[in-house]
Amino acid sequence: MNKKHLMEAQRPTKPYVAETPWLDLEAKPFIQIKGLSKKFDTFLAVDNVDLDIYKGELFTILGGSGCGKSTLLRMLAGFETPSAGQIIIDGVDMASIPAYDRPINMMFQSYAVFPHMTVEQNVGYGLKKDKLAKAEIATRVKDMLELVQLSELAKRKPHHLSGGQRQRVALARALIKKPKVLLLDEPLAALDKKLREQTQFELMNLQYELGITFVVVTHDQEEAMTLSTRVAVMDAGKFIQIGTPTQVYESPHNRFVADFFGTINFFNATVLSTDPEAQTLTAQLEKTGTQLEAKTEGSFSASDEVTIAVRPEKISVSQERPEGDNLTITKGTVEDLAYYGNRSVYRVRSQSGRIIQVSAQNNQRSEQLVLEWDDAVYLSWNSSCNVVLSE
Amino acid sequence: MTGYKRALTKTYHQPLGDKLWRNFVIGIPYFWLLLFFLAPFAIVFKISFASPIVAQPPFTPLFDFSSNASQWLLATWDNYRFLTEDNLYWVSYFKSIKIAAISTLICLLIGYPMAYGIARATPTTRNILLMLVILPFWTSFLLRVYAWMGLLGKNGIVNSLLMNVGLIDSPLQMLYTDMAVYLGIVYTYIPFMILPLYATLEKMDLSLHDAAADLGAKPWQTFIDVTLPLSIPGIVAGSLLVFIPAIGEYVIPALLGGIDSLMIGRTLYDEFFVNRDWPLASAVATILLIIVVIPIMLFQRSQQEQE
Repeated sequence: MNKKHLMEAQRPTKPYVAETPWLDLEAKPFIQIKGLSKKFDTFLAVDNVDLDIYKGELFTILGGSGCGKSTLLRMLAGFETPSAGQIIIDGVDMASIPAYDRPINMMFQSYAVFPHMTVEQNVGYGLKKDKLAKAEIATRVKDMLELVQLSELAKRKPHHLSGGQRQRVALARALIKKPKVLLLDEPLAALDKKLREQTQFELMNLQYELGITFVVVTHDQEEAMTLSTRVAVMDAGKFIQIGTPTQVYESPHNRFVADFFGTINFFNATVLSTDPEAQTLTAQLEKTGTQLEAKTEGSFSASDEVTIAVRPEKISVSQERPEGDNLTITKGTVEDLAYYGNRSVYRVRSQSGRIIQVSAQNNQRSEQLVLEWDDAVYLSWNSSCNVVLSE
Repeated sequence: MTGYKRALTKTYHQPLGDKLWRNFVIGIPYFWLLLFFLAPFAIVFKISFASPIVAQPPFTPLFDFSSNASQWLLATWDNYRFLTEDNLYWVSYFKSIKIAAISTLICLLIGYPMAYGIARATPTTRNILLMLVILPFWTSFLLRVYAWMGLLGKNGIVNSLLMNVGLIDSPLQMLYTDMAVYLGIVYTYIPFMILPLYATLEKMDLSLHDAAADLGAKPWQTFIDVTLPLSIPGIVAGSLLVFIPAIGEYVIPALLGGIDSLMIGRTLYDEFFVNRDWPLASAVATILLIIVVIPIMLFQRSQQEQE
């Protein structure tokens, strides 16, 4: 009740987020990263990276361990000095500004809650360092604890808290200074599945209500998809692709990005003809000879080798040959199936011997499996689902 | 009772062999304490109520049940009463506490930065530095104290060096002063301060430092607000490990100190071996134990209450 009231009071009259500031040529980026590199001895952790993040974004940097994402975040926070390049936040070059003077706060992966201080003292620590009056610190701490629903635990020490509660202490402690940018290092990694989903939505709501720019680092693609306005996929110190979650999922630039997000089927194919006007090409799948059409912005010419990628959930599986325009159709036998309740996953061996993964919604109520092992099936998908990758 | 239920209850009862073994393992340290601490202390405690005599052993029994005895109980408070009457003992107790406390403080002030530096060094240098801290233990303690006598003496290395350089005209009196005692104690016991401090500082979560900086704490504020409070267990452990042996230290004040540096260990030695007054010496030892143990017990209780 109180929380709701508080949120309403803080809710901005106009939405902070222009829908897609990164498409607006006039928009000025809030965080500008220019040619940023970090070298540890001989190891190049971050390799000449450029990035613009806009005000109010919930930007996620996604990558496997050792890809340089944490180093990038630590450079933003000021814990690491860049070997080369520039970080500009709200028009100010951060080079000469130490961590303790930056308008940035961070929520650490381990939460880094001070174990010898109570919840209250933890949350109020930043304000105390800013030499605010005691009375003001007290009210702001009280409000913040209400916002993250920790009021009852104000006097507790961290080792009496659960993981989720500690996470909220860390969040409250970082938010209370009203930073221009909040950095979150694997914010949900230490929580169990249920709590993670709930916290995800809480984070998104908070971000919207407070209008603070969030930069999240994670290795969890699902987390990245659900949270972010935009995602940067990082590998070996470089950005592979930057885009909205739907962009990186539906139109990956290469195999790495395609493979990183969920599962995907890859087919080797040879280009038969291209139509530069309509930006389409026809190609033949290796071995089976199945012909398909695909849209692409890349420039290809006949007899080029390409990879065609198709998501499992785009593929329909049926025992009769499907009818329709614009379909890519191939045949196979069910080799494996897994029943998940809401959906089933089939592993179908195509005529070329390749395993194709299909994810189908179980949209009919039936206590019997529609398809069984070793059934001969047709696989079909709309040609618009074909993604052409050059590598 | 069904077989299933019986099987269940069976697992809840530990086999007798396990129980015996566990008690045996737990019992070993208790047995050790009993044999090498409690039993000797009981003997000392007993002697402290006897009177000195010229005999073998040099003290009277506490009880005499023979028929010609005027009274059967010979135990007496005299030794303790004497301790309160002669202020020599209070002076040595006080001096011991003072020297031990100041030495502990100096050890802390020198040892903390050293432990911090070791804990933050790269793993290879860290091992070398730790080795250097432990290395002096490989030579005899007595030998190292004698080495200090050689260094600090009238014709010692320090004096000749200073005179050769021309900083002083006549040798400084360094040996047989309180300063030499402090130097000896700090030098000898500083590894006991560094090692527990290192252990706490080394396992400290460095992201806490980042977090403090992130929230606006300058490096020195991070130290005061985070590092120092979290290293208190190390400070306490190190201080106790230095303070307790230092308070009863005998060799260092005997070899490096002047005649007036009366620490309680020296007084104790004199009572035992010079005056051969075992009962009085035992009383001195008992009081020393109480002075050392009671504050530690109080402190530990307060620590437990905080937990």
